[in-house]
Amino acid sequence: MLEKRIITFANAINEGLEQIMQKDKNVIVMGLGVDDPGGVFGTTKDLIKKFPKDRVFDMPTSENAFTGFAIGLAISGKKPIISHQRVEFSLLSMEQIINQASKWFYMSGGKVPVPMVIRLIVGRGWGQGPQHSQSLEVLFSHIPGLKVVCPATPFEAKGMLIESIKDKNPVIFFEHRWLHLTKGYVPKKMYSIPLNGPRLMKKGGDITIISFSYMLIECLTVSKILSDNNIKAEVMNINVLNPLNIKKINNSVRKTKKVIIVDNGWKNYGIGSEIFTRLFENFKKNKIICERMGIANSPIPSTISLSKFSYPTKFSIIKKIEQIFKKKIIIKKKYFSKIPSDQPDKNFLGPF
Amino acid sequence: MKKIEKKLLFKMLRIRNIEQAIADNYKFQKMRCPVHLSIGQEAPAVGIMENLRKNDKIVTAHRSHAHYLAKGGNLNSMIAELHGKSSGCAKGKGGSMHLIDLEAGVSAAVPIVGSTIPIGVGISWNMKLRKMKNIVVIFFGDGATEEGVFLESLDFASLHSLPVLFVCENNHFSVYSPLSNRQSKKRDIIKIAKAIGISGSKIHGNDVLSIYKKSKKIINNIKRNTKPHILLLDTFRHLEHCGPNNDNHLNYRSKNYIRKWLDNCPIQNLKKKLLRNKFVTHAQIKNYENKISNEIKFAFKYANISKFPEKKYLLKNIYA
Repeated sequence: MLEKRIITFANAINEGLEQIMQKDKNVIVMGLGVDDPGGVFGTTKDLIKKFPKDRVFDMPTSENAFTGFAIGLAISGKKPIISHQRVEFSLLSMEQIINQASKWFYMSGGKVPVPMVIRLIVGRGWGQGPQHSQSLEVLFSHIPGLKVVCPATPFEAKGMLIESIKDKNPVIFFEHRWLHLTKGYVPKKMYSIPLNGPRLMKKGGDITIISFSYMLIECLTVSKILSDNNIKAEVMNINVLNPLNIKKINNSVRKTKKVIIVDNGWKNYGIGSEIFTRLFENFKKNKIICERMGIANSPIPSTISLSKFSYPTKFSIIKKIEQIFKKKIIIKKKYFSKIPSDQPDKNFLGPF
Repeated sequence: MKKIEKKLLFKMLRIRNIEQAIADNYKFQKMRCPVHLSIGQEAPAVGIMENLRKNDKIVTAHRSHAHYLAKGGNLNSMIAELHGKSSGCAKGKGGSMHLIDLEAGVSAAVPIVGSTIPIGVGISWNMKLRKMKNIVVIFFGDGATEEGVFLESLDFASLHSLPVLFVCENNHFSVYSPLSNRQSKKRDIIKIAKAIGISGSKIHGNDVLSIYKKSKKIINNIKRNTKPHILLLDTFRHLEHCGPNNDNHLNYRSKNYIRKWLDNCPIQNLKKKLLRNKFVTHAQIKNYENKISNEIKFAFKYANISKFPEKKYLLKNIYA
């Protein structure tokens, strides 16, 4: 049997960018440092060596303006991909994203689409603190006209990036910094994954666990722990937050009658709030148990002594599930790791 | 030159009368959207646009009617858009502040101050990447130069030497706020642009002939050398910031200031000059007015008989 090709999430992005740039000469990569030696955590590495200078652009520190430049390119035939090293820098360009890019097609009466991708990286850990570790997926998901995509695996990263670039709409493409380091099977050839909503990660009939981005990885571990305890969890990965395809979630919950939503961002006004509401609207007459979790309602502090309480963990998720099933869940020793909570693995030692 | 001068007069007159017709009809409450009328500010649009080709593009802001019309934007679609009809240039979804006519090269108009400046720079960047021989003209007001994106965009246009003409129409007031509340007396946007590496010039914003002649040279230069330029044009809006009325009774602009500028109306000035030189007769002007009046009548009729978009269009065109 052939060995499956295993690469990191960051390399999958890099490979996807290279392949789509080769295929479509209208694709342009732009953003602060996209041509530097680091190459946005390896994701844009060496593109500057492989493509002409007018395809890979370093940008001035003018986020709002260069988002406008990208819109100008997009509406006149190019397909720009913006990269921000952290979500927070894109906040300087919210005017162009929300007022312009998201509405351009609508307010031109369907005449002018804006095919562009904005890659936003969510930070976490190593003391990055209040302005380098926000999960702001919800902020963008609120806006009609934007597509919001958040792959959780290397396979999804490449396939969904390529699909996002082919898409005619502005796509906000979330990458969690901790996912960059994860490894998984990624085909060498170019492929795309349709942006059509939740992906079933694991089948099960006892409870539906819904999550996305890095928190999904935590949930997959939870499902293993549950499995040891004879609880079969169905894990749904909402890798497209907007437009949200609720049908698949409804179908799963109809079967399990129990659901827990673990948000990658703050719990308040979160993705959990939205899905919870939609489920409630759909299952009014049939009783379902619904719980939601998310980041604690405070800015994320730098110090590990506080930030360790910010995020849901496999343990806090299990605790919630114990309450749902009203029974004790045994967690095997191997799930207790010695890695501090501000590191995704023992190799990640910052600085960012 | 005589032919051009007559053309400039006709075009300014056309914009003035269309805008006046919008103001006159506004009370019927059929145009249910904010309107920022261009009356008094016709000269920059007409003088500059006369030097553009169809494939040159413009982007503009909230006070965009003059730009749209001078670039050749379709009048019927514009008036229908103001009436919220599906035959409007944005199918009723944009209103007065989102005029668009891709065939005429009117790429966009948006009311968020300064927002189309970087978008225009982006379009011009693509022209350069594609080695096209066209330019983008970006129209904005004095308020937009206070926005960060203005400076960010100048910097990039200079850095990449882009074929773009920045046009600042300075009517001295941002809604009611005078320049003196907003900008240091020492602030000089041409000097600012020069410091960033962009050449600039100032032309009287009500002198259409001078705008036409000087911008012709400037535009030719931009096309030849692919280098950006900025034009500063002082001008005056006759009516309130937004709406069909005169608001002189509010006294935020002094009586002297208003009189000085009203005495310097771009249309009256050119009309007088052309009559004096016998380039045009009263009868010809009357002829122009009749022609324009018929065009306007048709446009309003077209808007009135056009249908409103059906309910299903509310949720259409959100995604391409």
